[in-house]
This record gives sequence, structure tokens and C-alpha cells, in this order.
Amino acid sequence: MPIAPSEVKWIDERTLSPWDWLYLPALWEGLSTTVRHMFSKKVTIEFPEQRPSVPPHYKGVHRLNRDEQGRVRCVACYLCATACPAHCIDIVAAPSPWPDREKYPELFVIDELRCIYCGMCEEACPVDAIELTTLYDLTGFSREEMLFDKEKLLAVYDYTVNKGTDAIRTLRGTLGPASEILEQQSAPLPNT
Amino acid sequence: MALGLPENVFLANLDKLANWVRANSLWPMPFATACCGIELMAVGASRYDIARFGAEVMRFSPRQCDLMIVAGRIVMKMLPVLQRIWLQMPEPKWCISMGACASSGGVFDTYAVVQGIDRFIPVDLYIPGCPPRPEQLIQAVLDLQEKIRKTGTLAGREFQQRTQPNIPQLLPAPPSDRIVAPGDYTTATQRWPGDDRSSSSCSRRPLPQVN
Repeated sequence: MPIAPSEVKWIDERTLSPWDWLYLPALWEGLSTTVRHMFSKKVTIEFPEQRPSVPPHYKGVHRLNRDEQGRVRCVACYLCATACPAHCIDIVAAPSPWPDREKYPELFVIDELRCIYCGMCEEACPVDAIELTTLYDLTGFSREEMLFDKEKLLAVYDYTVNKGTDAIRTLRGTLGPASEILEQQSAPLPNT
Repeated sequence: MALGLPENVFLANLDKLANWVRANSLWPMPFATACCGIELMAVGASRYDIARFGAEVMRFSPRQCDLMIVAGRIVMKMLPVLQRIWLQMPEPKWCISMGACASSGGVFDTYAVVQGIDRFIPVDLYIPGCPPRPEQLIQAVLDLQEKIRKTGTLAGREFQQRTQPNIPQLLPAPPSDRIVAPGDYTTATQRWPGDDRSSSSCSRRPLPQVN
């Protein structure tokens, strides 16, 4: 359907006055904006010297927590690997050398390049073993060095705890809330 | 710098000057296909201001660039475009793979998405994150400048220098007494203890027979 000529609104170009022909007002307007920004407050963050403060729940590089005896807290239950939407966690479980748990991770590798830092591994972990730290400026020269194994993740734990940037968030016993559930089930109920 | 010279002749001081110049005037080619491109724009804007490191001149013509920043997922249909633009860039040139999708495919483990652009073009620096913070990209530019100062144009060459992709290889079969769950270990990215294959070997484990 063609547009009726009565509905068409024609807009003509504005004719410049002789004062506008000098281009001095436009020049003055642009230069005043430049000068105003030269003396206004700077918005630039000078990154390598001036680092932003990220909140403590920031989702950065992973770490594997240690328990009180310095062992890895993970019990190799594969819940984080199951919850991971990017399938970036590889765990190889082995029978645990310690009496308080059944399994422990012999290998625990996170592909930091495939991870999308959603934090679902942290939410899925029943023993609070895996946490995301506030380290945010990670880069790598090769893909192989971005595969963080168990020792590297434990080293991230030591680094962040010693540096004081990420406190240990949960101290709920040796193995966390899941072990407490097991103790409640094994204990006889008071009413029976 | 040392074009036409024999391989055992180095112009050390002149090369150092050229490396200093090249490191501090990287002209990026923004190959932004997804949300990482938004962070790339933020790095170019005044809050993070990559102009402090001489890399603010985003050129959309590959003939004028020497740093390709691949920001976002690359699908198989996009890959010829990426390779053509990479080949159109003059040497020496470097590449930053920004974000999980460009580096390894990320969550998009499908037939259509390239599982890491380093299988097709040489990548110098990887940035994890989904998307990475702008500080991470600035840190990557700083690391790349350090690499350019150290290696010069030797690492900025074309495929004749880097013919093998530097990617994680397939795994051998795990020992049977280990518990492996969930999923398929052939797609896993770790390396077993005692596995002493070099990273350049491209030997593939034969697929298991299915009855």
C-alpha cells in the first residue's frame, strides 16, 4: 500500500546564518567539551597499579580447600563434575588412605579455559572442598598450563589464605555438612 | 627485521629496538563475535583505556593490524572468515584468544562450534573467563608485550614456524583399578601420572571395540 502524499512530512535542511558560516560556535562548543573533560574527575582505573576490590564472593580462579590436618578436603563424590555445565572438571578417585572417608581424588583437574566460572561446583560440593577465589587476572601462554591439577589448586588455596584475600568460608567440621548428616543417621534417634 | 639474513645471524640491538616499538604499538584487530566483544569495547573505552598501553587503535582492516583478539565463539561457518582475516594480517602478528568459547569451546561442546581456535590459527595468549574481566585483557596485553620484548618477531611468524597445534592430546586408557566417572575419559583433558608422551606427539588412542 503506497503512502499517501498527505502523510509524508518533508524536512528541509536548515539554512546557516552568516554567524554559523564562520563555524566558530561549533568550534567553541567542541573545544569547551574537551577542556571540560580535561579538568573533570578522571574515570580511568590505572589497572596494573590500581587494582579493583572485588567482593569476597567473586567467582575467580578455583581452589581446593584443605582440612585442619592439611589434607585435601575433597571426597571425590563427582558432584561438582556432574553439576558443571561446561564439563571442565576431571576427577579420578582412589581408595582413601585415611580412615575418615571412603575415597579421595587421586587426580583433580580443572580446565580453567573451558570453565565459565558459574560457581555451580561450589554450590554442589557437599564438603565445601572447592571454592572460587577472588583472583581475577589469570592469563596463560598455553592450554596445557591452564589445566590446574590438584597440587596447583591446593597451591591456590595456600596462596589465597596466606595472602588474606579469601578467608576460609566454612569450618563445619572435618568433612563438612555431609559428614554431619551421616553422624545423625548413624546415631540412634532419641524417641525410639 | 632480519629478512634475507642467514639463520645464524641476529641483529640484536636493532631487533631490540624493533621489539620495543612493536610491543608498545600493538594494533588490534577485534574479531568480536559474542559477549566477550562487549568487554573488549569496555577495554577500549575510557574506564579501562587500553590506550595507556598503545593498543587502542582498533583497525577493522586486517592489513593494518598485528594483533588479533578473538573474542567470542567461532562456529565452523565463521572459521574460513577467521582464517582469511588472519592470513591477511601482515607479519609479525600475534593472537589473543579471549574467553572460554574462543579458547576451548566453553559450554558449547557441539558439532558446530570450534573447540578452541588454536586448532586452526596459532594463539599466543589465552584468557579464561566467561567473559573475562577487562583487567584480564589488559593483563593479557601486558603479558603479550613482555613476550614480544623477549621473543621478538620469532613468535609472530606464520604457519611455517608453527605447524603443529599446541593443544591437549587424547589420553591413553586409564588403569582398570581406578574409578572413572562420569562421562568419557577420551575427551578428558588431563594427563595420567607416568604418561610421558611429549606434547607434540599427535598419536591417537585406538577406539575401543564395541560388540
